[in-house]
Amino acid sequence: MTAVGRDPGLQPERTRLAWRRTTLSCTVVALLAGRQALDSGVSGAGVIAVALSLLAWLGFLGVAHRRVTGLGTAEPVPLSPRRALTAAACTVALAVFAAATLF
Amino acid sequence: MSRGGDFARGVRLWLAPQRIRAEGDTPDYRFSLANERTFLAWIRTALALIGGGFAVDQFLPGLAWGIRSGLALALLAAGVLCALRAVNHWVRCERAMRRGEDLPVSRFPALLSLAVAVVAVAMVVVVLFGWEGR
Repeated sequence: MTAVGRDPGLQPERTRLAWRRTTLSCTVVALLAGRQALDSGVSGAGVIAVALSLLAWLGFLGVAHRRVTGLGTAEPVPLSPRRALTAAACTVALAVFAAATLF
Repeated sequence: MSRGGDFARGVRLWLAPQRIRAEGDTPDYRFSLANERTFLAWIRTALALIGGGFAVDQFLPGLAWGIRSGLALALLAAGVLCALRAVNHWVRCERAMRRGEDLPVSRFPALLSLAVAVVAVAMVVVVLFGWEGR
């Protein structure tokens, strides 16, 4: 593709919206994590769990924000593996905190 | 066996991302973006499974502790697998596109749908036989 300007298929826009949807899903899960941790009253472990969940959510938010900004050009570069790995790691971290608060 | 080998190679690629760029030619950016959206869709699936795990634990307090924890753990484990597999599949697709090879096939979607079906059947059984609140 050599034409400069908008892709008629709006691929960058669709990818940007996919990042936004995913960030929204991550926010819902992080909120559920906070609710779970504080359900049994405020305790030391609960506060740590909330802080770690917040950290995972912020990590995801940071990756998504930088990627969405990077998608603003006419021909964006591919996603970097480090960002993909960070996004997945934040997802896994939320699941691990969830499993830890089960017991 | 080959699956284990693929996985190990994939993990090495996760940790040495510059090696992807060293292979083959950069594909049309639209293909990379489509691959990225597929990756994000899998991440959303993983997040939905994890959210389901939280929801089972938080919103079904009537279930017996063992059943509730078991279901929640199954959903959380499925979410973790899904997230890790999302990265692995994304890396493999990206590499296949750079090399001009066929995209990798996977039986993961079938396994995941089986797992979700098992969880759903388990819920139906729990509701039908009234194991809640024991």
